[in-house]
Amino acid sequence: MLGRTANHLFWMFRYLERAENTARLLDAGLRMALTRDIITAEEEWRSVIQASGQAAAYRAKHGTFTGIQVWNHILRDRDNQGSVLAMMRNVRTNARLVRNAISGELWSVVNESWMQIDEALSRPVGQGAVGGVIGMVRRTGTLAHGAMVNSMLRDAGYNFANAGTFVERADNTARILDMKYYLLLPSLSYVGSSLDSGQWDQVLRSVSGDRAYRWLNAGQADPRGIVEFLVLDERFPRSLAFSHSLLRANLKSLARIHKTRGESIELIEASSSKLADLTIENVFDRGLHEFLTDFMRANAQIARAIADDYRFLR
Amino acid sequence: MNIAAEPFDEMRDPAGAVRPAYADYSKWYDEQDRDWLRRKDREAEGVFRRTGITFNVYGEDAAEERLIPFDMVPRIVSAPEWRRLTRGIEQRVRALNAFIHDLYHRQEIIRAGRVPERLLRDNDAWLPDMVGFTPPGGVYTHIVGIDLVRTGPDDFFVLEDNARTPSGVSYMLENRETMMAMFPELFTRVGIETVSDYPRKLARSLAACAPPKTRGKPTVAVLTPGIYNSAYYEHAFLADQMGAELVEGADLRVIDGRVAMRTTGGYEPIDVLYRRVDDNYLDPLSFQPDSMLGVPGLMDVYRSGGITIANAPGTGIADDKAIYSFMPEIVEFYTGEKPLLPNVETFRCADADSLKYVLDNLGELVVKEVHGSGGYGMLVGPTSTKREIAEFRRKLIARPENYIAQPTLALSTCPVFTRKGFAPRHVDLRPFVLVSPNGVEITPGGLTRVALKKGSLVVNSSQGGGTKDTWVLKD
Repeated sequence: MLGRTANHLFWMFRYLERAENTARLLDAGLRMALTRDIITAEEEWRSVIQASGQAAAYRAKHGTFTGIQVWNHILRDRDNQGSVLAMMRNVRTNARLVRNAISGELWSVVNESWMQIDEALSRPVGQGAVGGVIGMVRRTGTLAHGAMVNSMLRDAGYNFANAGTFVERADNTARILDMKYYLLLPSLSYVGSSLDSGQWDQVLRSVSGDRAYRWLNAGQADPRGIVEFLVLDERFPRSLAFSHSLLRANLKSLARIHKTRGESIELIEASSSKLADLTIENVFDRGLHEFLTDFMRANAQIARAIADDYRFLR
Repeated sequence: MNIAAEPFDEMRDPAGAVRPAYADYSKWYDEQDRDWLRRKDREAEGVFRRTGITFNVYGEDAAEERLIPFDMVPRIVSAPEWRRLTRGIEQRVRALNAFIHDLYHRQEIIRAGRVPERLLRDNDAWLPDMVGFTPPGGVYTHIVGIDLVRTGPDDFFVLEDNARTPSGVSYMLENRETMMAMFPELFTRVGIETVSDYPRKLARSLAACAPPKTRGKPTVAVLTPGIYNSAYYEHAFLADQMGAELVEGADLRVIDGRVAMRTTGGYEPIDVLYRRVDDNYLDPLSFQPDSMLGVPGLMDVYRSGGITIANAPGTGIADDKAIYSFMPEIVEFYTGEKPLLPNVETFRCADADSLKYVLDNLGELVVKEVHGSGGYGMLVGPTSTKREIAEFRRKLIARPENYIAQPTLALSTCPVFTRKGFAPRHVDLRPFVLVSPNGVEITPGGLTRVALKKGSLVVNSSQGGGTKDTWVLKD
């Protein structure tokens, strides 16, 4: 497989994952804002913008944080390079570039979804339509992964696509957790009592983990438990541990196919063994924010190593 | 304005009776509900959009990807008609290859005085790099698209030979897929030759031309200028269908006398490069120095037997419009036979007598630029205004050698589907021809282009043309 093809596959799935996670983040924000008073709602939208990594661009255009401004900015603002529309366009462009490395089913899902989303985002999105658009984006992720699992050849391309997915997912989950880490700062002894359980509910919803968490914890919402769930629980498909476990499996497969052992495999092995030895107490002793910052940095380093190991660019 | 006598109607004879080739289709059509057909017609566009069968348009801000309109009425060729056409096409393609080989070697045809030497001089398509070199397998034009037009029951003419990088074959294949998806029962009722094995034949034909340095099974790659090229869809489609890599210039470099592509496991040599990049951009060391689309050193590798380039560089010399007018002589010179498929009568404006005739008859002629393509820079006399003709006259007088002229042919018509039912529109036909040391293969079908505007004779997609599925009937 061409290095350039591997690069496009990797980024196709990164953008797809990022678009889907952004949609999820918006969905959680939307729900939160509807159940709050106006002042708290504005706070929520501010944190949604922050978590989406688009705070600076947003502030350059808007002075207030209203829902309709925030979701239009995130979904479709022309000046926003990271809008969902731009990400979906990137997904489709990358798919077009690797048309001969993906299955026809996967291409159809991506192309047809792009046509729908492009159409839906061709005009400002009002309150009545935002839920539908978010649903389209989330469904695209689901359909694309389904098409991929059902129809794609299990060769290097499949592993590069998965590597893109799990690098991005690990980053996104860490970012969402980091957005709320300060809620834990006042004092750990107050855990579970004075904290706003709605805030943590939103974190769980942002990663579609609310139902799984309730199931595992019989409805008890405890921030410490939630962090443990999102960082260390390998059963949950958006946890850091799960993401890196699958990233590792795919990188091992690539190393086997290429009969090499590059830097990327060394880095993911290191990250995996660190996560395996980790307890939630360690995380809080270190400081959640510090832990997450380190994790995101290591994750980005792995992404760069994959690109180098497999000659994405040269 | 009436161009000529009533044009030949592919579907009906002058008395209005359906011709035999269309009998089964016509019967089926009459049985269908009109509203249902109209719905199907609207559906077709959606099929193409969803599949992503688009071409890119330059110089437009927004919608950069466009669809070529598809008409759902097939163009049907009977088995005997097709047999006649293929004999003529094969003869012509063999002559083209022999001609190119001769031009880059002994130039017998020039010595014999059958083609003037001046046609090579100052011709951009002529590549001195190719002189004295024979491509692997002796094949220059691996893929050819011969544009045919028809004016009567037995009157087919060659309008153009596309010997560089003919495009449109993906439409031949996708139009058929679309027809089969929309009207499956038609394909059980009418015996139609299949076109779907074209990519397999193409892969086999290219592999048969592998260069001497090939080790093991030949590696074939399609070279595209990239995603913004107007025919990118076709490049990706063919690579996908052949199971070949789709490469860009930036993926390639010369290593140890081979052209190699950067794979995730390192550089791997390519044996056959099906390039969809023009000669000028192939190798910045030999041609355009600032080209990013090609591979520095490609021509050296080529000349030393390290790679096959399809089509060979320099084949453009054979599909130049000035050369076209000599094709009857060329066919006869190399095959010793009369051409089975005639040329359209052509006036070379470089000749003083011809120029005078052309200037006197501009209103009835089609005038084309010698090096132009895609229907640009041409004058269709009968459908032009006095001002357009006057303007063209000035250009013609200023540079007569830059133009040829042909009588305005009454191209045959085939019905297209409109909201009110059938309406006749002018069509041409481009069959696709594969050449390898194992012989010439012509896929039974091709690309039928149709001028969708009433009365228009210009079928190019850039100027309002559409396409149709082309059926060759089984015997």
